Amino acid sequence: MIEGRGLEKRYGRKRVLASVDLHVPAGGFALVTGANGSGKTTLLRLLAGLAAPSAGSLEVGVDRSRIGYLAHDPLVYRELTAMENLELYGRLYRVPERKERIGMLLERFDLWAARNESVSAYSRGMTQRLALCRALLHEPDLLLLDEPYSALDAAGAVLLDRELAMLADGAERTLVVTTHDPERLEPLARQRLALA
Amino acid sequence: MRYVADVATLTRKDLRVELRARDTLPAMLLFVLSTLVVFHFALPQGTGDEAAYGLLWVAIVFTALLGLARAWVPEHEHGVLDALVLAPCDRSAIWLGKALATLAFLLVAQAVALPAFVLFFAPLDATAVVGVLLADIGICAVGSLMAAMAAASRSREVLLPLLVLPLAIPLVVGGVGAAISPEGSRYLLLLLLYDGVFAVLSWASFEYVVTETT
Repeated sequence: MIEGRGLEKRYGRKRVLASVDLHVPAGGFALVTGANGSGKTTLLRLLAGLAAPSAGSLEVGVDRSRIGYLAHDPLVYRELTAMENLELYGRLYRVPERKERIGMLLERFDLWAARNESVSAYSRGMTQRLALCRALLHEPDLLLLDEPYSALDAAGAVLLDRELAMLADGAERTLVVTTHDPERLEPLARQRLALA
Repeated sequence: MRYVADVATLTRKDLRVELRARDTLPAMLLFVLSTLVVFHFALPQGTGDEAAYGLLWVAIVFTALLGLARAWVPEHEHGVLDALVLAPCDRSAIWLGKALATLAFLLVAQAVALPAFVLFFAPLDATAVVGVLLADIGICAVGSLMAAMAAASRSREVLLPLLVLPLAIPLVVGGVGAAISPEGSRYLLLLLLYDGVFAVLSWASFEYVVTETT
C-alpha cells in the first residue's frame, strides 16, 4: 500500500524530514513516533499528497478520494454547525446514504446533541471529535491521523480507543498514526517508525 | 453535472459562512458608501461627469479588493483548504465556488453603490451598468486566484493589491470607456474578452496555486 524510500523534505535550506524509509502493507497499522520537529506531520502531509517530497520516492496505492486525513487543525469551518460541515464533505465525497452516515458518526462520537451548534461554540475536544468524524465520513481505505488524542479528555480518548480498535480490525483499511503516547496504541500497531 | 454540483455546494458553503460571520459584506457596503460620500465632498463643484465615473471605478475596485482580502480567510485560518484540496472534486471547482460567492457579495454592494452614485454624481446608462457587471466578473475571476496565492503569504494584505491592481487596469479602462465613450459597446467587447481569457487562465491555473508539485 505505502512504499517510501529515502524520503526527504526541505523548505528552503531547512530539512524537516531526512532519509525516511517506510513500508506499510494494505491493512497495516503504522505508528509514527518522534520528538517535536522530527517531521511526523510532514510525513503525513507527504502521504496525503498535500506536499511533495524533495528527494526519494513515494508510492501511496490509493486515490486521494480514499484518504482520510486528521491534521493538527480540525479542517472544519468554525462558522458552520457540525451537521453543515459534515454535509459539505459528504456531498463533495459523494457519501452514499449521507444523512444516515453523518447521524451514525455524530452518535458514535457523542456529538449528536450538539449537531446544530456552531463549531465556534465547541470546546477543543468536541472540535477534535468532529474532525475525526470528518476524516472517517467517507470510510477511507487509508487513514492518516496526526496526534489524534490531542485535546481529547478521558472520555473522548476512550471513544477514540474503541474506534481505532474497530478500524484496525478492518482487513483492507490502512492506518498511519503519529503520537507522543505510543504505549496507548502499542497493542494495535503492526509497524513502528521512530523519526529522529 | 458532478462539477456543477460541486461548485454549487462550495458556493452555498461560502454564502452560508458569510451569513453567519458577517465579516465581508457589511464591510464592503460601508466602504463603498463612505467612499462615495467622501468623493461627493472632495470633488469640486462644476467638475464634469467624466471625473465622477473615474471615481466610481476607484470605489468599485477597492471594494472588490476588500472582499477578496477576506475571501480565503476561513480556509486559511482553520486549514480547511487542505481538506478541500484532498476532496475528490476538481480543484478548479474550489476557485469557481469562491469566485461566484465573491461576485454575489460584490453585486450586493453595487446594488447599493450604483443608486448612491446616481444620487450623488451622475446618471448611468445601460451600457455603463453592463460594463460594471462585466468588470465584476473579471475582477472576481482573476481576484479569487490572486487572493488564494496571497492568502498563503504572511504579507497577504500588501501582496493582494500588488497582484490584483495591475491586472485590474484593463477592467478600469473598459468600465470607464463603456460609461463615457459614444462607442461604449466596443469597451464592452474588451471587457467580455478580458473575462473570457482571464476566467480560463484562472480556472486552469488554480490547481497549481493550491498544490505542491516539486
